Amino acid sequence: MLQIKNIHASIEGKEILKGINLKVNAGEVHAIMGPNGSGKSTLAQVLAGRQEYEVTKGEVIYNNKDLLSLSPEDRAREGIFLAFQYPIEIPGVSNTNLLKTALNEIRKYNGQEELDAMEFLALLKSKMKLVEMDQSLLNRAVNEGFSGGEKKRNEILQMAVLEPKLAILDETDSGLDIDALRIVASGVNKLRSEDRAIIVVTHYQRLLNYIVPDFVHVLYNGRIVKSGTKELALELEEKGYDWLKDQKELVMN
Amino acid sequence: MGHDVDIRDWYISRFKDFENSLNGESLKPIHMLRKEAIEGFAKLNFPTTRDEEWRFTNISPILRFNFKPSLKIKKITKSTVEKFLFKELNCHLLVFINGHFAKEFSRTNNLPKGVVAGNINREISNGSELVGRHLGKYANHKEQIFTALSTAFTKDGAFIYVPDDKIIEEPIHILFITDTNGEQLLTQPRNLYIAGKNSQVTILEHYASVNEGLYFTNVVTEVVAGENSIVDHIKLQEESVKSFHISRTEIDQERSSNFASHSISLGGEITRNDFNSRFNGQGGECTLNGLYLLNGNQLYDTHTMIDHANPYCNSHEHYKGILDGQSRGVFNGKIMVRRDAQKTNAFQENNNIILSSDALVNTKPQLEIFADDVKCSHGATIGQLDADSMFYLKARGIGEEKARTILIHAFASDVVRTVKIEALRNYFEKILNDRFNK
Ligand SMILES: Nc1ncnc2c1ncn2[C@@H]1O[C@H](COP(=O)(O)OP(=O)(O)OP(=O)(O)O)[C@@H](O)[C@H]1O
Ligand SMILES: [Mg+2]
Repeated sequence: MLQIKNIHASIEGKEILKGINLKVNAGEVHAIMGPNGSGKSTLAQVLAGRQEYEVTKGEVIYNNKDLLSLSPEDRAREGIFLAFQYPIEIPGVSNTNLLKTALNEIRKYNGQEELDAMEFLALLKSKMKLVEMDQSLLNRAVNEGFSGGEKKRNEILQMAVLEPKLAILDETDSGLDIDALRIVASGVNKLRSEDRAIIVVTHYQRLLNYIVPDFVHVLYNGRIVKSGTKELALELEEKGYDWLKDQKELVMN
Repeated sequence: MGHDVDIRDWYISRFKDFENSLNGESLKPIHMLRKEAIEGFAKLNFPTTRDEEWRFTNISPILRFNFKPSLKIKKITKSTVEKFLFKELNCHLLVFINGHFAKEFSRTNNLPKGVVAGNINREISNGSELVGRHLGKYANHKEQIFTALSTAFTKDGAFIYVPDDKIIEEPIHILFITDTNGEQLLTQPRNLYIAGKNSQVTILEHYASVNEGLYFTNVVTEVVAGENSIVDHIKLQEESVKSFHISRTEIDQERSSNFASHSISLGGEITRNDFNSRFNGQGGECTLNGLYLLNGNQLYDTHTMIDHANPYCNSHEHYKGILDGQSRGVFNGKIMVRRDAQKTNAFQENNNIILSSDALVNTKPQLEIFADDVKCSHGATIGQLDADSMFYLKARGIGEEKARTILIHAFASDVVRTVKIEALRNYFEKILNDRFNK
């Protein structure tokens, strides 16, 4: 589904990603871990099409398409969804409106009928239950004045409504209490299927108790320095990242 | 400079034609005021960018033309008038064409007893005591040349009088249509609104043009908001983009009165809007909101002055601009808090979004505070559409154009949202859609 080949990316002339390789097949869940500033969000944003990051080298193939040549909106329409580490507040735009516009834009692109207001509300209602989100948040402006947890749940609600093929969750678990974490995890697990893939970026092993990954990767200083199965996450939890410094040399040589 | 003098002489010589056209009406006491004003006009100079109040607004393009004061009404069809009406809006209607009252298109049904909604020329002819008492009392013609020009040529405009305790439920839609037919006309609506004690009225002042003509609209409006009255005012300026529009609104606010104005400006090559409010008693409330959408070579200038002359008054100002092309925006918000005006709350905000690299905004708050127990704040922003918000919307599958429209809507929404008349809110939404959702 997704193949990242030797991606180098920089911002303001500073190289952040220094050759990332990653292959994600349909049906898989990949976890990406790594210390602060290692480039996890950069990778996520590059995949979603943020123009501020300049890809200087490498390519990304997504469902046989050259992903990097697509606009951010077309990537979303092709089924990529990024749950932002820091969801943006947009005063004056209602949450419901954003969702309805987004869904219909995606449907239109894929040659599907647009949903009318009634159909959309019915769909929305069912998805709301999934994330146990309060109705009142829907009529409010996008993320405006939402608590940290509410913002994260809102991202999951958007994901549930848009039903992406490839979901990238950037620290959607950070700052969540255990109840909220369970809700987020169950939202993600409902999406899991044979023809979808999920990449979760996280600092915490505890999320992976709920969303059990097929693979765990460690991103360190712009490179994936180690890949393994879910046991690797436990190891990282125990030992931290320092021991990987040596590992890095290993990979490089 | 020489040109300015020529153009001044041009208007002075037009005054003779005007007097002749008055046809006996020049015997009324108001004519003394006109003559005084034209004499004053002869001594005043047109402002240049060296004048502080006009620093960023160069009006010399207006002085380049010999605009002819419009002395008579023009016949237009009913269907032309209807193009400018809001279908879902139940309202009273006053129509003016080229500055003159068009009775056949106007309707004021079921107004409460004693309420007058009509044209000021009729009141002048009838020797109205109210006109004598209020006209020219708030908009002083002695210092401001455009007010002098308006006062000298005082002929017609809207007149609204709401006696004490009367409430007018439906808005009064005042429609000023200009149809130049190739003539370079000067129209000068002169409006007077008087709201008595405990009264309530909603007034929509609407300027539009039949074609994209080159003309000059010079408006002076005086508003008397009586004690505890509620006056809701909306000004919609959607004139030809080749026209010039200079407007001054003076608001006299008595104790506990509540005046709110929304000014939506779309048309005009050069538009200057002055809103000046003065609190003459305690407990007054004044809201001045505005939205301007500019494109091409348009220049739009708002000058506001809120005179907190008394304690316990609140003023809120929020002006928002969306500028494209090589347009220019100017905002100058003066707030004067006089020594005795304790417990004043005064808030002012001017936000601008610039959609092109050639558009420009000059914004300046001007706070003069002489009381110590007051809350005042002001802020101004000039920026582009927020890149993070843009990316967020795109990352949800929303395309460039639509994302822009959504964000522009959102930006404008806090001004549009506070317009109380739903039909107008819908209209403004539609304008935003038509402009930015190509
Ligand atoms: N807009 C930017 N301008 C300059 N530097 C940036 C910018 N965005 C990110 N960086 C830098 O790029 C590096 C990687 O940042 P990134 O956000 O990808 O890290 P991360 O792995 O997601 O970290 P965290 O775990 O803290 O979220 C950091 O050194 C960061 O300071
Ligand atoms: Mg990050």
